[in-house]
Amino acid sequence: MNISLQAEAFEEKLLALDRLSARQILEETLTEYSVLQAVEALIVPCLERIGSGWEQGRVALSQVYLGGRICEELVDEFLPPAAPQRIDQPPMAIAVLEDYHLLGKRIVYSCLRASGFELLDYGHASLEDLVLRTSKDRVRILLVSVLMLRSALRVKALREALEHLSPVPRLVVGGAPFRFDRNLWQEVGADAVGMNAAEAVEVVSRLIKEIA
Amino acid sequence: MSQTMTSLQRILTALGQKPPDRVPFVLPVTMHAARQMGLSLREYFSKAEYVAEGQLRARDQFRHDAVVGFLYAPVEVEAWGGEVIFFDDGPPNSGEPFIRKPEDISHLQSPQIENCPSMMRTIEVLRLLKERIGDDALILGVVMSPFSLPVMQMGFDHYLQVMYECPHLFERLMQVNEAFCVDWANRQVAAGAMAIVYFDPVSSTTIIPREKYLQSGFLIAQRVIAQIKAPVVTHFASGRCLPILADVAQTGTVLVGVSVEEDLRALKSAAAGKVSLLGNLNAIEMRRWTPQQAEVAVKDCIARAAEGGGYILADNHGEIPYQVPEEVLMAISEAVHRWGNYPLDWVKGDAAPH
Repeated sequence: MNISLQAEAFEEKLLALDRLSARQILEETLTEYSVLQAVEALIVPCLERIGSGWEQGRVALSQVYLGGRICEELVDEFLPPAAPQRIDQPPMAIAVLEDYHLLGKRIVYSCLRASGFELLDYGHASLEDLVLRTSKDRVRILLVSVLMLRSALRVKALREALEHLSPVPRLVVGGAPFRFDRNLWQEVGADAVGMNAAEAVEVVSRLIKEIA
Repeated sequence: MSQTMTSLQRILTALGQKPPDRVPFVLPVTMHAARQMGLSLREYFSKAEYVAEGQLRARDQFRHDAVVGFLYAPVEVEAWGGEVIFFDDGPPNSGEPFIRKPEDISHLQSPQIENCPSMMRTIEVLRLLKERIGDDALILGVVMSPFSLPVMQMGFDHYLQVMYECPHLFERLMQVNEAFCVDWANRQVAAGAMAIVYFDPVSSTTIIPREKYLQSGFLIAQRVIAQIKAPVVTHFASGRCLPILADVAQTGTVLVGVSVEEDLRALKSAAAGKVSLLGNLNAIEMRRWTPQQAEVAVKDCIARAAEGGGYILADNHGEIPYQVPEEVLMAISEAVHRWGNYPLDWVKGDAAPH
């Protein structure tokens, strides 16, 4: 079966939150393709379409989150975190800055892991804690999710603090304030913004190439 | 037409789908007065007198048509024993969710409002506002919908799992939350609130698809709104609602807070004759607007939605961020007073001021 047709069917099952049928389609794909090929040709394009669908108002956040979790679980099953085929990458981490609204971070985390990446999950963190952990883990790409405007503005101070680390990590931001003000990510000194989880995957892929 | 109506008359006329003297507008400035009074936000929210005074000052300053008896969103978390975190430069936020695991829902009991100091303070704010304003302007109370409160009660990710995968726990949670919400709303009405803003972002199509809404948030809103003893304003706090607007109109709500992510003209067309609209200035971007940009944004909203009434100009989120300069809010006010006078002849020749 043509993989792009399988991808369409897979997306439909994800949006319907039909875990069993999604798994069945992945299994069929794996009879002809390797796990990494299936991730790149089946899962990542689906997550991209779902992500942009959310931004355009065609898909709901519940579908993005629960569909992303299904993908993450499937990829974990067929490509465990320690598998050598996982994408070779520099250390990455994700956190929510000074807030307990964790859903956006959880969605991006799932989407990145379902796309074959591994990253540290710092949960919610204060600015100082985030800088310390980033330094200790020698994180090269730091993803920061925010919901509140004040947290988005705090990214500026985070950026300044990160400048003192060596190597200086790349800083990627996302969350509602950055969607409602499209210039805000530049104002606070981020290196990039992800307007949805799939965009975060694109951004991370690009930054990994730049760092290499 | 000269401006002859009181603020309340203006709003009621607009809600009746008729043109008042000018476009009514509401700026939900819940924090700015603290700065003017030289208080930290924590101090400001600690006394009902400060908050009531802040609302009265804001109305004098910005000449808008409503005041809001509201402290901060996690008041309702505090009532359940949850943590509230204060900041110097933004609204208090809910802390760690107090429902730690889904099974906790089975034992959840609705709190007593009398036992929650911040709720009793809110009641006092409304009483003071009613005493000072009487029937001159709209006095708004605020509740979080039973369907959206669990985001703060248990965290969004866990809540979505309960909503989709644990129907019995979901039903139980809604049962407890509905009783609490109705009680909280009606206490505010008794204290002086003339309408209740029902914040329900989870019902927006940004968060759940329409099919899920019709099985959940819609039915809950119908049940709750029927029991609230005042008109209800449904607010999606920047979430989209165009695909469900006709459904929302059937919940009994009179006014819907709409997002800047949707076209106000399309929303007005979908709402026509069914429900009125509130919105949709971009409250995040507003922070760095010039007075000229504020004027353009106001004109744009008026041109898209104000003809014939049924429209109140406001931000799209339901709370103006602390970082928005007063100069911008003044520019919004001046633009409404300049361009919002019915019959809005300029709109016919300049439908798209951009």
